[in-house]
Amino acid sequence: MAFESLGEKLQGIFKKLKGQGKISDKDLKAALREVRVALLEADVNYKVVKDFVNTINERALGQDVLESLTPGQQVIKIVNDELTQLMGGAQSKLEISPKPPTVIMMIGLQGSGKTTSTGKLGRFLKKQGRSPLLVACDIYRPAAIKQLQVLGEQLEIPVFSMGDKTSPVDIAKAALNHATYHGNDLVLLDTAGRLHIDEALMAELSAIKNEVKPTEILLVVDAMTGQDAVNVAEKFNELLNLTGVVLTKLDGDTRGGAALSVKAVTGKPIKFVGMGEKLDALEPFHPERMASRILGMGDVLTLIEKAQENFDSKQAQELQQKLLKAEFTLEDFLTQMQQMKNMGPLDQVMDMIPGMNKAKLKGLEFDEKEFVRFQAVIQSMTKDERRNPHKINGSRRKRIALGSGTKVQDVNRLLKQFEQAQKMMKQLSGMASGKGKKGKLKLPFM
Amino acid sequence: MGFFSKLKDSLKGSFGGEKLSDSLTKTRKGFIDKVFDVFTGRIIDEELFEELEEVLIQGDVGVNTAVDLVEKLRERVKVEKLKEAEQLRKVLVEEIIKIMGDEIPNLDLAKGELNIILVVGVNGVGKTTSIGKLAYKLKAEGKRVILGAGDTFRAGAIDQLQVWGQRAGVDVISHKEGADPAAVVYDAIQAAIARKADILIIDTAGRLHNKINLMEELKKIKRIIDKESVGTLKEVLLALDATTGQNALSQAKIFGQAAGVTGVILTKLDGTAKGGVVIGIKAEYNLSVKLIGVGEKIEDLQEFKPQDFVAALFTEAEDENNEG
Repeated sequence: MAFESLGEKLQGIFKKLKGQGKISDKDLKAALREVRVALLEADVNYKVVKDFVNTINERALGQDVLESLTPGQQVIKIVNDELTQLMGGAQSKLEISPKPPTVIMMIGLQGSGKTTSTGKLGRFLKKQGRSPLLVACDIYRPAAIKQLQVLGEQLEIPVFSMGDKTSPVDIAKAALNHATYHGNDLVLLDTAGRLHIDEALMAELSAIKNEVKPTEILLVVDAMTGQDAVNVAEKFNELLNLTGVVLTKLDGDTRGGAALSVKAVTGKPIKFVGMGEKLDALEPFHPERMASRILGMGDVLTLIEKAQENFDSKQAQELQQKLLKAEFTLEDFLTQMQQMKNMGPLDQVMDMIPGMNKAKLKGLEFDEKEFVRFQAVIQSMTKDERRNPHKINGSRRKRIALGSGTKVQDVNRLLKQFEQAQKMMKQLSGMASGKGKKGKLKLPFM
Repeated sequence: MGFFSKLKDSLKGSFGGEKLSDSLTKTRKGFIDKVFDVFTGRIIDEELFEELEEVLIQGDVGVNTAVDLVEKLRERVKVEKLKEAEQLRKVLVEEIIKIMGDEIPNLDLAKGELNIILVVGVNGVGKTTSIGKLAYKLKAEGKRVILGAGDTFRAGAIDQLQVWGQRAGVDVISHKEGADPAAVVYDAIQAAIARKADILIIDTAGRLHNKINLMEELKKIKRIIDKESVGTLKEVLLALDATTGQNALSQAKIFGQAAGVTGVILTKLDGTAKGGVVIGIKAEYNLSVKLIGVGEKIEDLQEFKPQDFVAALFTEAEDENNEG
């Protein structure tokens, strides 16, 4: 998961602060020095880091934080605020033109993920009931057009191309006509990757912009980019006046400092983040949620949204009832595992849960194959066994292992995990029924 | 006429030498200008060390390496009683050369047998493009080259490699999109043996190194190569985007563990990225850059010469300054 290390580092730093009833000027300085190194290691641009650390220092000194009763908490709050600010404050949505078609232009360096992001964004918008058209303006990279066409086929979204002999400006222009004629209310232009210092190709982008007057010009940035991210973003912004940024490959283990830098330097918001290779792995970017994710406060809102998207609400309610009555069975465990699987890679889901200790989780391998095995084991049980797991004795275990093509150890492991899940459920249901503004937390966790 | 023009001449002799110096000029921009600014007309003090550290960090050298380097400079200033910032620059160059080594790391290829080169890396670093360029380069050297289209995942990847194959004039062994890459590799090896190829270059799908199952797939590909052709896997090259920051270290580490990386192809050096991460990778994982990508054309792939690279990074500004 991206930001993991940065988050861990910051959490470590703040843990030290948190424990102290009093923070001296020196403590604060030392902590901020560590924050500086952590941010630099995360590839945040050094100028941005400097400003960031200075701002926090000033705010911490200015608000009598150090004299307050919970100075550590106060400092963390300030850092959280500033981090959110750094990443763009509130969420920034995609602009839709009142006069369709809305034209969205995707630009960036080679290999940043423009074509894939174009496909993903097309899917995202199609899901919202729009009728997008993908346009292949990359006439330079071999097979770039083919790549977009394959994506379009997979997503059942039309792709407009004129081969690689027509100029991208003409392609864009023709695509606009095509969209108007065919009732596409959104046109996504996939442009060729280019270096920000390649004047001829940069001029081509300007020409496309002038021709089709896009509503959105999104710069696609690889989250693994180093200090150069700032130069690249500045240059593209200078020439084209970006409207936003798509940050890709955030599912790697990059600490993702580019995310912080790009916004700070261009002032343009990050609108989407790419979280995986699958075509549904594109999410709207929420700065405040990402900030608390970095600080290890979890991202419950995204988790809830994901859950709402993937969970059958009736099932979830039933499950919740069962949870409250502590009637959670292996059958529920199975349904729940299946639903969890729909929510995306487990480690990403885990990252969103507040209080999930990274160090504690480290030993746990979230093996998707294990899911399949567990599924087989549960399906080899009788209904009675599923409802009353305590009945499963040694000979039953042997039978179940045989029936599911697994080993007795697998059955044992499943039962153990189920037991743990049951315990956790009880705790969580206690938490959920205790408080909550919007009713109860409708979340069955593992 | 100074050191740099001599350097330029020596570069011209190498493959596409003109281009290397061109690209290095770009690479130098920013980085060298800043190093230069830091040094000019100053005395050595704490502020200078701090600024130097910042400049190195900004060149993607990485915090650890930057701090180490500056620490060494501090020591040497003490021991050698250096006073002027200008002297410090030479010392810095020396220290970086110490890390990078001064030999030119070549591809380890044997004559009269099949050499397999596996190219790995994260998504979008330029694996397929680099393979196209490498095929062209090796063929121009008179080698019989075959390409294996092991990226069966990304849409259009196979077509992309085929286009490069046509451009370079070499055969491409491929299956359909979605096929098992290990099967492609197997077939490619058989074809390479049957056609008496000197070199088989295998493309793989871009994968983020933290995806366990994808790294397992890579291990499987490597196992098949080991099994099918004892002793012929000569190089496992990690393609690395020069714009990548500190994550490159993580890539070098994990790909190194999974695939036994033998060297690095540093791509996209024609941008403004400073390539400083190369120093960190050499320092921490002893992996040398063997090839550099310096442009979009088929001939834009060159050998990496650490000596020249570092020298050119730091001496041009000095030289031009002396001249001007």
